[in-house]
Amino acid sequence: MTGRLTKALSRGPLHIVIIILALVWMLPTLGLLFTSFRPPNDVACSGWWTVFEHPFNFTQYTLRNYETVIGRVGMGRAFLNSLTISIPGTIIPVMVAAFAAYAFAWMKFPGRQILFIIVVALLVVPLQMTFIPILRIFNRLHLAGTFPGVWLAHTGYGLPLTVYLLHNFIGGLPSELFDSASIDGASPLQTFFRLVLPLSVPAIASVVIFQFLWVWNDLLVALIYLGGTPDVAPVTLKVANLVGSRGQDWELLTAAAFVSMVLPLIVFFSLQRYFVRGILAGSVKG
Amino acid sequence: MLTAFRNNALWVVVFTTFTVSFGLALAVLLDRVRYEKIIKSIVFIPMAISMVGAATIWKFVYAFRPAGASQIGLLNAIAGVFGAQPVGWLIERPWINNLCLIIVGIWMWTGFCMVILSAAYKNIPRELMEAARIDGANEWQVFRKVILPLLKPTAAVVATTMVVTVLKIFDIVYVMTNGNFSTEVIANRMYKEMFNFRNFGRASTIAVILLLLIIPVMLFNIRRFREQEAIR
Repeated sequence: MTGRLTKALSRGPLHIVIIILALVWMLPTLGLLFTSFRPPNDVACSGWWTVFEHPFNFTQYTLRNYETVIGRVGMGRAFLNSLTISIPGTIIPVMVAAFAAYAFAWMKFPGRQILFIIVVALLVVPLQMTFIPILRIFNRLHLAGTFPGVWLAHTGYGLPLTVYLLHNFIGGLPSELFDSASIDGASPLQTFFRLVLPLSVPAIASVVIFQFLWVWNDLLVALIYLGGTPDVAPVTLKVANLVGSRGQDWELLTAAAFVSMVLPLIVFFSLQRYFVRGILAGSVKG
Repeated sequence: MLTAFRNNALWVVVFTTFTVSFGLALAVLLDRVRYEKIIKSIVFIPMAISMVGAATIWKFVYAFRPAGASQIGLLNAIAGVFGAQPVGWLIERPWINNLCLIIVGIWMWTGFCMVILSAAYKNIPRELMEAARIDGANEWQVFRKVILPLLKPTAAVVATTMVVTVLKIFDIVYVMTNGNFSTEVIANRMYKEMFNFRNFGRASTIAVILLLLIIPVMLFNIRRFREQEAIR
């Protein structure tokens, strides 16, 4: 008993350090959350931590900021735009990547090795390299400032990592599986749909989450290809503009930022395991 | 343009050092407490949100009002408790504001380093550490002589990922200062050349420089990939 007590005491500093660290990590986000529920006058006059003087006095909280932000400021529209961008921006690249990963892993064709090395190299190529040439093409095809343009862009930027991750998984499936499929006369297409796809569901799930969060949280691609078109702007672009134009209206900024974060947070908390698995599988995203 | 390179160099050094060492420290220390999972989630949450969100969160932490007014930013309120004058965290050039931006990056990416290093740490056979302890090594020696060498390859991969991330860093600076007060980084300068100055030639040059800086990492990745394939 005393042994356990001295052990606990000697670990005291460790616990204190860890708990302080966790607080430091949480406080900024908590500040955002509380501020978004406070009336403008309070936000302008006192720090958000003053709500803890009487935390259960509910008259100091309000939903008005969210009403304003979702309605008049246009975060509601931006939220729909973000969904319109993210859903195809996830489905298209993951679909293409699943085909490509299977081909790279199990089909024999000339140049396979070198093509895959190019994929690996592309993982770290800065997006910035591609902006000017692609923007020129998009301008000519009238794709700049449209949803299909952004879908295409996200497909291109997402493919290297999604192909790489899925290739690692599909390449790890036992080769006997493919031998017996070909003995039974299955075509590559049948093998893919009947065998590879069902077996890769966990890997595909983590790739989907990864790509979805990446597209949802992206600012730069939206800024470049959607730039001056407010009615297609996603949440990130809207919040960034808001910080520029209404930099002192903290009750609006915090509410808008929270609207932009709510979906990633839900995804994170409900599917954390897949998310972590995706990170572990490919810590090389460019 | 020199400012952008200087700042980016600062980002590379400070950001990479702190994310990797915090990640490493957390991976090792959290393994010893029972509430590991909760703390890990807390540190990891910022990875899920956008850099725009993170930048907004921290801009509020750094909020600054002249002395005498009530401070609504957390950091200046804390400074006030200790009797210090309020500081314009995002204005004081060149060190304070750049470091304040880098802190936002560290806050976001430490969780990433922690998750990967923690997975590698848990793969180290416990017997190795036990053997060292029985031989009379103290905890620090176990860390230096057993854990650190075994985690080195993973730490190298994580560090290169951080360098790649930081060379392209854009959103945080764009939202928080837009590169004003000498906080510009390479990617922001390129954006400005493209859209503010309509100078496509210069913007392309900056992109090429960025690519040249990243080529060593690319070669490192390819070599690592080939080694993995050779094992398989």
